[in-house]
Amino acid sequence: MELVLSAGIGVLTASGVWLLFRPRTYQVIIGLSLLSYAVNLFIFGMGRLRVNAPPIVEKGGAGGLLTHTDPIPQALVLTAIVIGFAMTALFLVVLLASRGLTGTDHVDGRE
Amino acid sequence: MLLILVLAPFAGSLAAICIPTQKGTAAAWLAGSIALLCLVISAGLYTVISSGTPLRYDAAWLPELGLNLTLRMDGFAWMFASLVAAIGLLVVIYARYYMSASDPVPRFFALFLAFMGAMLGVVLSGNLILLAIFWELTSIISFLLIGYWHHNANARDGARMALTVTGTGGLCMFVGLMLIGHIVGSYDLDVVLSSGNVIRDHPLYTTVLILILLGVLTKSAQFPFHFWLPHAMAAPTPVSAYLHSATLVKAGVFLLTRLWPVMAGTDEWFWIVGLAGLTTLLLGAYFAIFQQDLKGLLAYSTISHLGLITVLLSLGSPLAAVAAIFHTMNHATFKASLFMAAGIIDHETGTRDMRRLSGLFRYMPITATLAMVASASMAGVPLLNGFLSKEMFFAEAIETHKYNILDTLTPYVATIASMFAVTYSIRFIHSVFFGPPPQDLPKVPHEPPHWMLAPIYFLVFSCLVVGVIPALTIGPFLHTAVQSVLGIATPVYSLAVWHGWNLPLFMSLIALVCGVGLFLVMKPYLTTSIEGPPFFRRLEGQRIFERVLVTLSWKWARSIEMRAGTRRLQPQMRILVAVALVAAAVTLLLQGFKPAAIAFRSIDPAFALIWLIGMICAIGAAYQAKFHRLAALVLLGGAGLVTCLTFVWLSAPDLAATQLLVEIVTTVLILLGLRWLPKRIENPDDPELMTISTRLRRLRDLATAVFAGIGMMLISYTVMTRELPETISSYFLERAYSEGGGTNVVNVILVDFRGFDTLGEIAVLCIVALTVFALLLRFRPATESLETPEQQRVQNAFDDDHPDRKKGDSIAEYLLVPSVIMRWMFPVIGMLAAFLFFRGHDLPGGGFAAGIAMSIAFILQYMAGGTRWVEERLRIHPLRWMAIGLLVATATGLGSWLFGYPFLTSHAQYASLPVLGKIPLATAILFDLGVFALVLGATVLILIALAHQSVRAPRAQMRAAKMAAKENA
Repeated sequence: MELVLSAGIGVLTASGVWLLFRPRTYQVIIGLSLLSYAVNLFIFGMGRLRVNAPPIVEKGGAGGLLTHTDPIPQALVLTAIVIGFAMTALFLVVLLASRGLTGTDHVDGRE
Repeated sequence: MLLILVLAPFAGSLAAICIPTQKGTAAAWLAGSIALLCLVISAGLYTVISSGTPLRYDAAWLPELGLNLTLRMDGFAWMFASLVAAIGLLVVIYARYYMSASDPVPRFFALFLAFMGAMLGVVLSGNLILLAIFWELTSIISFLLIGYWHHNANARDGARMALTVTGTGGLCMFVGLMLIGHIVGSYDLDVVLSSGNVIRDHPLYTTVLILILLGVLTKSAQFPFHFWLPHAMAAPTPVSAYLHSATLVKAGVFLLTRLWPVMAGTDEWFWIVGLAGLTTLLLGAYFAIFQQDLKGLLAYSTISHLGLITVLLSLGSPLAAVAAIFHTMNHATFKASLFMAAGIIDHETGTRDMRRLSGLFRYMPITATLAMVASASMAGVPLLNGFLSKEMFFAEAIETHKYNILDTLTPYVATIASMFAVTYSIRFIHSVFFGPPPQDLPKVPHEPPHWMLAPIYFLVFSCLVVGVIPALTIGPFLHTAVQSVLGIATPVYSLAVWHGWNLPLFMSLIALVCGVGLFLVMKPYLTTSIEGPPFFRRLEGQRIFERVLVTLSWKWARSIEMRAGTRRLQPQMRILVAVALVAAAVTLLLQGFKPAAIAFRSIDPAFALIWLIGMICAIGAAYQAKFHRLAALVLLGGAGLVTCLTFVWLSAPDLAATQLLVEIVTTVLILLGLRWLPKRIENPDDPELMTISTRLRRLRDLATAVFAGIGMMLISYTVMTRELPETISSYFLERAYSEGGGTNVVNVILVDFRGFDTLGEIAVLCIVALTVFALLLRFRPATESLETPEQQRVQNAFDDDHPDRKKGDSIAEYLLVPSVIMRWMFPVIGMLAAFLFFRGHDLPGGGFAAGIAMSIAFILQYMAGGTRWVEERLRIHPLRWMAIGLLVATATGLGSWLFGYPFLTSHAQYASLPVLGKIPLATAILFDLGVFALVLGATVLILIALAHQSVRAPRAQMRAAKMAAKENA
């Protein structure tokens, strides 16, 4: 389980970093999205992988790490997903504006 | 009392700044009364101080850092404080008449008072850090005071130079003082003063000494940092009289004397302090002779006299220290009065150039007489206070303290410098007051107002009284001051005027006679010469300073930018990633990182298969992103879905729900964006693809990317296979229900435990949405994308070909069945959002997920019916929703204040609210409602702003057509 997920994180990171270095704005936006998947999964993985142990406690009871998975990385990642969306949106609009303004989709605004 | 003494000037400063600009007199009265108050307080404290025990005031400030608000007044500090307050009072009286009504006078007095407070702070600090803070404060306020006439370029340059030099020195001194604190183990002045041996024997002693001396020598304008003082003369004369004769420049000497018991006596001290002092003494006096500006002469004379004090302190003998303290007082009195006299001359004649001034005795006899007495004191004429301390200096110079060349030279240098002092003193008096009546002065000179002379009267009178009967007047005060510095080492000294025929007296006589002779020889040259001394005229400190500044802040900065900077994004990205990789690798290797052994056990084939697809999607997206954008987007969505499945699999239902919803919205968003991004056509014969450098660059990028990927994989695998250490997670799991009133711990963390973070997050989301909205308001799409998309063109052409169809029918009918279903979906999705929202506190869901789900409902309507159709039927005000959301979330947080709890405290545990069915109704749900409204508003705003472009596009098309028509015409 851990091996598969970490391999996945590795591939997502590598693809994201590769795209980050590319000259076209659209490549960078896809790269950032891939990278944010990788980072979100990485943070999530820091709470260790558990099957069938969602952090939902019994009514009136108290939970523990023995019976439930770590809720903190999940809370972190939840906001990160929404912020990641906001970042993608902002970057997309800047990309479009830059394309309209400079006439090229190169990241520097000129070939 | 001490606290009042330090705080009163600052309070007065604040009050003065509030006085309107025209009411200058009121500000002067205020400043005068504050100075008087300080003087009275310090006078009242004398009886306590003279008993020998220092007065202390302690208040804890940051005790864990050893920083306390400790004020401490012993005899020496008392003497300085009284000097600061007394001369301050006199200068205020003087400035009241000196300052012109057209200047912003309240600002002047506000700064003046602030400076007085800072200076009192320096002398009264009982803590080294506090002292450094006040020290920097004096530098900053003196910058503002020198630059008071900020319309004058000289004033600005002088102020900047003074700040740069003294500020740099002050920083060095700060480091030095911290090192002392480190050596001694305390910043308290009493502790430091009693541990001289520890400091002198410490290996860091030389470093500390040099750092502190940098601060002291820059502040007291000692060679080679003396050059800022003459340029600071662009300040109003009251400032020069106060700062540059009596207080600011004395701060350096003050600290040197203060630390004298702990730092003096070593060879390093003797050489550095002595060499700086002797050079300054001689050069300052020499330069002073050749000045043509009255204040310039006084400035160099001040430099020289400060050098004298420094030399005295360098000798390391207690008697010399007594002389140094005594001369500090004497210099303050005669130099302040001389500055005031120079100010009067400038004020009444309109010039300070000694070549233009002459014969003023006829016009202003009182000023002339006073100035003559003061400059006689400066020259060291008997029966004046300057003579006494100079005799003490000569006596000490003759004594042998160390057997080296510097010590042997001291008496000769002292005599020569004293001779120069006589020459420039005579020059000052002679060229201004004697000779033929002045020609074509800007103003007709006359005596100044009586009150402008009063401070000078007082100062000159004290010069005389101290000079004639020293033991009866200054004696006891000096003794208290000396004793507080030297303690049991206080030597026996005599303050008599007449010590008999001895060597110091002969040296004085030689200096007087030779000085007069030198003046007679130089007189013809000086009346016509240009500014500045011969030989040294070119070697101006200012030029060197400016050159250093230009080199540092312009040339080097530029060349670094040229070499290391780039405006291209790709190299920046590569550097960024490379630095991150190196930083991570170095840290891991240094910490002895060993990747865990890879075990192939316990791999679920289904999970592995999912991730196989995920990896293919990721690589495919990376491969296709340049030329096949839609394919890349689809593949990106694939990777996102795999991520989402992973969350489902690994017990993170909240994440899975949010990820899925965000995935949908992101895809829609990018699809909307792709409409305005002209297609990139692949050209396989592009010559650039074939070049070796391109291939090498790609290979390097690939290697970096693979390295980063492998690194991330190893780190995450290693961490994930270890035991989870005890974290704060258990705390949240245990208390989610008992304190947060919810069973979904993730949601409880978001809206309750870490509600403040969430508030920040939604604020960011809000800002991003507004930015996107603003950017799109003035959006100019790429011209290639302006025309109607191909599909619509085909559809329109079809309509045109069939006479029974109107144009646009096909577009309206396109996907008719799905769009009807999409319209019907609106209430269903709305219900889903409400469901997600209400169960959020106990089960997966919550404001984030519900907000995005609801926004999908809206965007579906846009897709089904088109922008115009939707907006005719639904009122959509995303900006208002966002505002309401932010207000609700913040108000919920503020609400807890009403009940006396900290910001964002949840109320579920405190108040029993009526429960509606099975809905957990904590106040956190109100907060979550805010999150919901904001996320909904922001998402809808972003999507709609982009969707609206297709409504605006026809207008842009028309504009483009017009432009083209114009160009053709």
